[in-house]
Amino acid sequence: MSLKTETVPVQPSRVQNWFKFDARAYTMIGALIAIWVLFSLLHERFLSPTNLSNLFLQMSVTAILAIGMVLVIVAGHIDLSVGSLVGLVGGVAAMLNVWYDWPAIPVVIAAVALGAIVGFIQGWIIAYKAVPAFIVTLGGMLIFRGVLFGTTGSVTVAPLSPGLKAIGQHYTSDIIGWIFGIAGLLLAAVLLLRKRSSRIRYGFDVEPLAVSLLRMVVTGALILGFVAVMNSYKGIPVPFVMVVVLALIFTFITRNTTFGRQVYAIGGNPEAAKLSGINIKRRVLLVFVLCNTLAAIAALVLTARLNAATMSAGQNYELDAIAACVIGGTSLIGGSGTIMGAIIGALVMGSLDNGMSLMNMESFWQYIVKGGILVLAVYVDIYTRNRKKA
Amino acid sequence: MTAALEMRNITKEFPGVKALNDVTLTVKKGEVHALCGENGAGKSTLMKVLSGLYPSGSYDGQILINGEVKRFSSIKDAEESGIAIIYQELALAKDLSIAENLYLGKELARFGIINWERVFKESEKWLTEVGLTDVSPETRTGTLGIGKQQQVEIAKALSKKANILILDEPTAALTEQEVEILLSILREFKNRGVTCIYISHKLKEVFSIADSVTVLRDGKTIGTYDVNDINEEQVISLMVGRELKELFPRVEAVPGDVVLKVENYTVMHPDLDRKVIDNISFQVRQGEIFGIAGLMGAGRTELVMSLFGSYPGAAAGRIEIEGKQVKIKHTQHAIRHGMALVSEDRKKFGLVLGMDVKSNVTMASLNQIASGGVIDPNREVIRGNEYIRSLQIKANSVETIVGTLSGGNQQKVVLGKWLMTKPKILILDEPTRGIDVGAKFEIYTIMNELIRQGVAIIMVSSELPELLGMSHRIMVIAEGKRTAEFTAEEATQQAIMTAATGGSGL
Repeated sequence: MSLKTETVPVQPSRVQNWFKFDARAYTMIGALIAIWVLFSLLHERFLSPTNLSNLFLQMSVTAILAIGMVLVIVAGHIDLSVGSLVGLVGGVAAMLNVWYDWPAIPVVIAAVALGAIVGFIQGWIIAYKAVPAFIVTLGGMLIFRGVLFGTTGSVTVAPLSPGLKAIGQHYTSDIIGWIFGIAGLLLAAVLLLRKRSSRIRYGFDVEPLAVSLLRMVVTGALILGFVAVMNSYKGIPVPFVMVVVLALIFTFITRNTTFGRQVYAIGGNPEAAKLSGINIKRRVLLVFVLCNTLAAIAALVLTARLNAATMSAGQNYELDAIAACVIGGTSLIGGSGTIMGAIIGALVMGSLDNGMSLMNMESFWQYIVKGGILVLAVYVDIYTRNRKKA
Repeated sequence: MTAALEMRNITKEFPGVKALNDVTLTVKKGEVHALCGENGAGKSTLMKVLSGLYPSGSYDGQILINGEVKRFSSIKDAEESGIAIIYQELALAKDLSIAENLYLGKELARFGIINWERVFKESEKWLTEVGLTDVSPETRTGTLGIGKQQQVEIAKALSKKANILILDEPTAALTEQEVEILLSILREFKNRGVTCIYISHKLKEVFSIADSVTVLRDGKTIGTYDVNDINEEQVISLMVGRELKELFPRVEAVPGDVVLKVENYTVMHPDLDRKVIDNISFQVRQGEIFGIAGLMGAGRTELVMSLFGSYPGAAAGRIEIEGKQVKIKHTQHAIRHGMALVSEDRKKFGLVLGMDVKSNVTMASLNQIASGGVIDPNREVIRGNEYIRSLQIKANSVETIVGTLSGGNQQKVVLGKWLMTKPKILILDEPTRGIDVGAKFEIYTIMNELIRQGVAIIMVSSELPELLGMSHRIMVIAEGKRTAEFTAEEATQQAIMTAATGGSGL
């Protein structure tokens, strides 16, 4: 999609309107492609099915965390505790599974419930007691890590039962992969056409049918191409399937529900939201419940993938999640940001990690490069926004 | 004798408005010169020109200090010429001590190290000058009362070697005792030859302290008078003396039942132990426009915000809606009882500027376009278009970002948001502030249509012509108290101003 705009001559807004996916989204996708091209030139195996499969597996945890973080940041808050929460929930899940022999399903339920409860407590202190989220979640970050050390006695808990491991280590079979791919293709086509026809009904500008079709073809090619590449290794990693499902659910929540709309209004102008009769406290509470529940899901994925709960699991993941959101165009002031953007942001962060590891770069370089990219991304964002204003 | 200050032919334009039009002000050395005018007459703009906040070049005209032409390109320049302003909202750092505040920005220091002994000693000297002898310069300013904080501000101005002191509504937040102290300090200054410009709505004070008074109206100088040659009534009629033009498409009301009845309503200031609204009672009927008049700071906005459940200070009293007593603890309650509030600051309280027209219009009634918490985008577009059409909002589509609209159209979006809630009582706080004449007329027309449908409208406004032109009854508030109520026939600008400046019209 992004390549197409460059071939279209730069003409007035009409043409840009057809590609309503906004300029920032293109910058992001462009940056992602640039990173991929760079790494594929530096290392021949970067674009191999094996490595791409690994990449999507590895970025899943950050992506799931970023989905929840988008909501928190859009509402005008921050959550620094998700990394430690991943560690804690992973530890609890592993203990229940390994030490107390709980089967997979009760473990999953317990873990998700733990995330929701933690989110409720943090959200309650933030929304109803008016303690800044930065402080509450900074405290949470220390507390959760401390509780993890205390309960596990600072030892690694392993190995997990096969059922639980499946969450992080299984792949879809070829057939299932194709079914997902085709279902996704149909879903995309239906949504696109429905939107188009309702826009026509209400007399909005619509892109020419050819552009819509082209858009569908490109989307379809991307989806089916993805399935083909994944199937040529082991199939689609289960964690990435979870990312896609969660991203769809949360995109729907942010775009189509009253709750989502109100969260954006709260972040955009809390005073106006309050005077419009929106119950800000209750919404903020729910945002933190969702964010921390997602952190619990991320914890299950990570623990299952590593087949162990370690003491350092999830360390600094909150920063990766925040970076993914910000690279994906979420404004730290609140009020704007998309789930899709955060997923692409997570993919950018994941690609950097993966590519640099592949090239055997020392880990200190990885920190430096990721930090630099984060600052650069925000600089570019602010620069383009200011230029738009002028 | 040359005048201490002369402002000659000052004209200052903002896009679309001439805030000052050929204004002339001459202040003699050592006098207290009062500056009077309605809200929006141009007093504050004139003082911003004088203080260098609007730099030389952004306005036309000349400023002369002691006969010498001056060009101020910043506040600092004006200060160096001896001009100091004390604003209505005090600008002290509340967590710093008095001495630190006095020397903020000009610390007595060598090589960046402050000589505290000298600071305290000098501070004591300035505090004595303003009669603040009972507090130590080490006291944290936040612990002082408003009156004493103001004395600190004056001391700060003196320490900058100010010889022209401008006080903008200095007594708005003071108790009567504190006002007396302030006035006696000013009299003392007068004896020592300090020149003062005193801006106040309160004519009683003006006549007790000032030597001469200049009246501004609609950005023009009406005249400068010796206080011995003029009385309060004459000043009021000079302040308002304009003809009502046919700007108001007024319709006569056929008032129905009482919708809102407020009895003995008192609202406390959220931080200070002070009543912002003191025992007010009134009622509003279906199909009428009930105007609320009062000067800035009289408590009008606090009253309506509190009725709407969105003022932080505690409230007491009885509210009845359609004959039933209600308790309104927060905004959701108010909306549920059929109230709507278009606030005075649409950007701060009314709109999410980054969102589009439809999202803003539907914000207070999302449940109307959603089922099971899921928004129906089609219904949202239909409802958005409905209000674009009926309110004639000039926007490309319902997807236009609200921040890109003009003030008048933004105001209509806020109106649309509240009309969508189908209110029984619509409160409009300064509904036409900062919007052009054409859009004003459209908003008046919408108001007329609403009262025809039986909505009760409460309109708070600083513009007397608007109040007189549109309201069917007008209540006047002064310093939190109800001082008068008029029917449309009885009300005149004079009568309202008299009641609003503290005189009784009851």
